[in-house]
Amino acid sequence: MMLSTPAAAPPRRGVTARILVTIFFAGLLATPYLVRRLSPAGQSRTATIGRQAALARYGFYLEEVSHAAGIDFVHRAPVLDSKLAAIMPEVSSMGAAVSIVDFDRDGWPDIYVTNSAIGSRNHLYRNNHDGTFTDVAEQMGVADVNQSGTGVSMGAVWGDYDNDGYDDLYLIKWGRPELFHNDHGHGFTRVTEQAGLPPWINANTAVWLDYDGDGKLDLFVGGYYPESLDLWHLPTTRMMPDSFEYAKNGGRKFLFHNLGNGHFEEVSAKVGIDSHRWALAAAAADLSGTGHPDLFIANDYGVSELYLNDGKHFHEAGADTGIGFAPKSGMNASFGDIFNQGKLDIYVSNISEEGVLIQGNNLWVPQDGPALKYDNLARDLGVELGGWSFGAQFGDLNNDGNLDLYLENGYISLDRKRSYWYDFAKVAGGNSSIIGDAANWPAFDGRSLSGYQQKHLWLNDGAGKFNDVAQAVGVTDTYDGRSVVLADLWNRGVLDVVVANQSGPLLIYRNTVSPDNDWIEFSLEGTKSNRSAIGATLTLFWDGKQQIQTVCGGSGFASENDRRLHFGLGKNPSIEKIVIRWPSGVKQTLRDLAPNRLYNVKEPA
Amino acid sequence: MNPPTVMATQPATPASGTPPPPSVGKRVFAALGNPFVPPIFITLILLIGNLSYGILESYGKTLLAIVTSIVAEMVLGRIFLRKWPHPASAYITGISVGILLRSPAFWPYALCSLLSITSKYALRFHGRHIWNPSNFGICAMLFLASQSVASLSIQWGNNFGSLAVIWVLGSVILWRARRFHISLTYVLSFVALSFLRAWITGDPWQSEISPITGPMYQLFIFFMITDPKTTVRSRTGQCIVAFFVAVAEMLLRLNSCVFAPLYALFWVGPAALFIEMGIDSRRARKAAAATELSPEAVRS
Repeated sequence: MMLSTPAAAPPRRGVTARILVTIFFAGLLATPYLVRRLSPAGQSRTATIGRQAALARYGFYLEEVSHAAGIDFVHRAPVLDSKLAAIMPEVSSMGAAVSIVDFDRDGWPDIYVTNSAIGSRNHLYRNNHDGTFTDVAEQMGVADVNQSGTGVSMGAVWGDYDNDGYDDLYLIKWGRPELFHNDHGHGFTRVTEQAGLPPWINANTAVWLDYDGDGKLDLFVGGYYPESLDLWHLPTTRMMPDSFEYAKNGGRKFLFHNLGNGHFEEVSAKVGIDSHRWALAAAAADLSGTGHPDLFIANDYGVSELYLNDGKHFHEAGADTGIGFAPKSGMNASFGDIFNQGKLDIYVSNISEEGVLIQGNNLWVPQDGPALKYDNLARDLGVELGGWSFGAQFGDLNNDGNLDLYLENGYISLDRKRSYWYDFAKVAGGNSSIIGDAANWPAFDGRSLSGYQQKHLWLNDGAGKFNDVAQAVGVTDTYDGRSVVLADLWNRGVLDVVVANQSGPLLIYRNTVSPDNDWIEFSLEGTKSNRSAIGATLTLFWDGKQQIQTVCGGSGFASENDRRLHFGLGKNPSIEKIVIRWPSGVKQTLRDLAPNRLYNVKEPA
Repeated sequence: MNPPTVMATQPATPASGTPPPPSVGKRVFAALGNPFVPPIFITLILLIGNLSYGILESYGKTLLAIVTSIVAEMVLGRIFLRKWPHPASAYITGISVGILLRSPAFWPYALCSLLSITSKYALRFHGRHIWNPSNFGICAMLFLASQSVASLSIQWGNNFGSLAVIWVLGSVILWRARRFHISLTYVLSFVALSFLRAWITGDPWQSEISPITGPMYQLFIFFMITDPKTTVRSRTGQCIVAFFVAVAEMLLRLNSCVFAPLYALFWVGPAALFIEMGIDSRRARKAAAATELSPEAVRS
């Protein structure tokens, strides 16, 4: 190739112009390099720097302590119908999940972990208050839940559906969904049939919420594969999505209305929820300010959905609010007030693979103004590119008063040197008649697909930027992360991190935070509202700032955080007040609060 | 991409006498040869895709690509050609960038359009630009900004109805523009080589056929490989080049190259032009030598 030479034919141009256009062209070619160097993502990949340096520089350090805590759990993936053997790593790539619950009400968070192979056991790790945990799932009756013919676990959410003070367990499955009643912390009783749950749902997400404000927790379950499919006995291999961007042949959605007698009525169609998109994550919070929880659904193979709730009906407003336009591969839904402005932002994880597919994760930030509209600020804030992303959670990990963001990622880690990406892209772009049939997909043959990915822990600098400090603060694992939860596991006023990895170990990152920063925590209990206080919002006012948090009955990816609300306060804080808006509509204001304490707050009668 | 060259805008008429009025079908067929048809056609592709399935990242990004492309063409054309160029070519380049490039950010759309148009003026050989502009721009972005961009790959509803409309309309337009043979050669070569790839790799043949049923290929088939400014002149040569694009693509695919067709055209297209220019040059030298040795030349 040569640069232009004088020619008899046009274009005619002077030497100066040719030189200038050549320089301009070279500048254009160099632009991507400069953008990369100047972008937050290009600057913030920091190497491991050690505990003391991390504490000094970032104010916290994470240390993986699962073995020392008595937990040596390794997830086992499902093995589905042999007709899918060629692409088994892809179709069985989920199921590792973790949720936090204080099932025995001793004031210490416990951990529930799902397993996904037929015959494998789930684990309920009771907190021993001394830095260790003991698995009590067998004796509590919530271990042997992956029996042949009943499907396998995909996640768990906890909520006190009968308001007896003890959180009950809904087990998300590809298979027979299960509801376990908590018998005052002494064991669990299976009440699936009494509750009126359907015989089979292939779901990856569920959320407890009181959608009608009657003080009783209802349950949303989002189907992924169609509920007509028994994934272990498939009549055909035609079970894949009919599009990788616009699929609507996934599982249906269920909204179980709590009738108050231990029975639930399925009301999704009645209240306006009708979708067969492939739901992977959901979370509920009052985003529209009506006092009722709205429902956000992150869908794989398509756009996200936002169901606004007027207390009786839901109205899908994804397109109207701006979040439901560009189809991606939604795999997470979590809320956080990252600007300390009293508004909840939404983080949705997607897929980004350099040179192949750049969907980018979404950080939906509400606009100012009366109408509910969102802007995606993920790129501006530096939290856009996270690899093949899954679960994420907001939390103030260094107690500086700003919410940080922890993101899990990594899809399938097999042979490091051979990638399935080419074959994936080759088929995924085709017609539905081809991609919808698993038999048309090339065999995985031990290859990886966005495997061995470095995790992201984005530290919020409070000035509109997030910097990735994962490796610097000790997060060095590269397992195939799925769900992540944040909890003050040992009641120290810091958020620890628990991660469930697909076909990998459960990780517990114990957090050490610089003592300079203060904190405050709240444990809420409803009286008129549901006793779990799910849906309550708490706004903390301090140092001229405010931060809102909401109690969620499930968020992230197949997970549920500790429902106690944790606020970092920074140095020498001056707390003005908190305002709690209970699901019943009761508004409660508390003043004279001291930092570094956990407050148990009961809803006023 | 440039619009296919329109060889005739009116049907041939007898040497004498008043021609009979053409039928409605013939008038429609003739209208498809209008130079504004390719821009309208690619706009139709965009609208079908976006109104049906929302294929665009956003209208804003596509608009940015189009406006950048046209402005760049106007400015550079004015400087180098000393006239205002027709915007149709730049419009098609911009709209192609808007459809084919995928990025959550805005800047890659502007940069890709700038690279595409500027390449026409900066990278020339014997007075010709030798890369299809949008092919160059998108390949450059995939090479240089892979952390920020990808190409259209899994976007589009997988609906044969929309594709059928595009195929039929596109085929008629290309037929009218006398470039249908290029697309046909490529499609037939791709399909034949798909079975060869399936035999080599052992993968299902459906997986090898699959790419051509996706949206990227519609633009590639109807606009990129038929670009008259960056294809060889002879009809046979055009078919040979289209075949070799498919062969190069197969080799790239066997090496797991995700954007194989774009890269294949990136390499084969300019190589074909160089070969053609070399052949032309040799013929010119031979003709000049023959002229010098002819009896008339000797006598003079």
